[in-house]
Amino acid sequence: MTTPVELGKTHGADLGAEDKPWQTIVWNDPVNLMSYVTYVFQKLFGYTRDKATKLMLDVHHKGKAVVSSGDKDKVEADVARLHAAGLWATMERNS
Amino acid sequence: MKPWSRDGDEVVTELEQHESGLLRGLVSQINDMLMARAEEAPQDELSELTGIRTGPATAPDDPILSRLLPDFHRLDADQPSKEDMDSAAALRSLHEPTLLDMKTGVAAIVLDTCPRDGGPVRLSLEQADAWLSALNDVRLALGTALDVDDDMPDELPDDDPRAGHLPVYHWLTVMQEELIHAMST
Repeated sequence: MTTPVELGKTHGADLGAEDKPWQTIVWNDPVNLMSYVTYVFQKLFGYTRDKATKLMLDVHHKGKAVVSSGDKDKVEADVARLHAAGLWATMERNS
Repeated sequence: MKPWSRDGDEVVTELEQHESGLLRGLVSQINDMLMARAEEAPQDELSELTGIRTGPATAPDDPILSRLLPDFHRLDADQPSKEDMDSAAALRSLHEPTLLDMKTGVAAIVLDTCPRDGGPVRLSLEQADAWLSALNDVRLALGTALDVDDDMPDELPDDDPRAGHLPVYHWLTVMQEELIHAMST
């Protein structure tokens, strides 16, 4: 599989917050285990252990974290998958 | 309960008879609640014709079910916007039937693989994933019923009505933690 370089460049320049209008938020709750939340982030989003752990700690200490962003359909699907795993997730427009 | 351990592409443990019975009972109970909720879904001729299922537009009144089937937007602010409320209703209606299928699906896998009278349990990693989700659903349900918060002690005073049930919650926590550990090694 290859990536056309020219195409990548053009798109790269345009990629900004406006292109990711929605975000997936995971909220802290007292039941979900830290190890489980990390496991779910790795499994659902393919994040490295380090990135998943950092997001989990943000949820734990700050009460919430943005775990993914994108167009409405993508974020909606991410929230649905997080609900299936038992995490408390919601979606909101990127402000 | 023997701690979960990894054996090639499988994870294994051994449950006592009363442990199997307890786990199966709790998983069945959650499963029944979810099935009852699924039956509340509006039935109409159009959805029968199209096969497109529609779930209820409002969150369950029951706090346990409402924790297992959360809204897609935060609606607990003083005045959630009408836009968020309408969107949450539409998204629930669209996604809840699938979510219920997934949750009853993982419960069924536990009931299929957890021996009735105790004994060895041997799971593929896929089955183990289902166990993790189902164990988590039971912990969410118990955690909600027992009002678990971040400062929950290991033991409650004897006169607390929750004292007898808390050890079950802690037992499930240990089981889930060990299963995650075994799957990650």
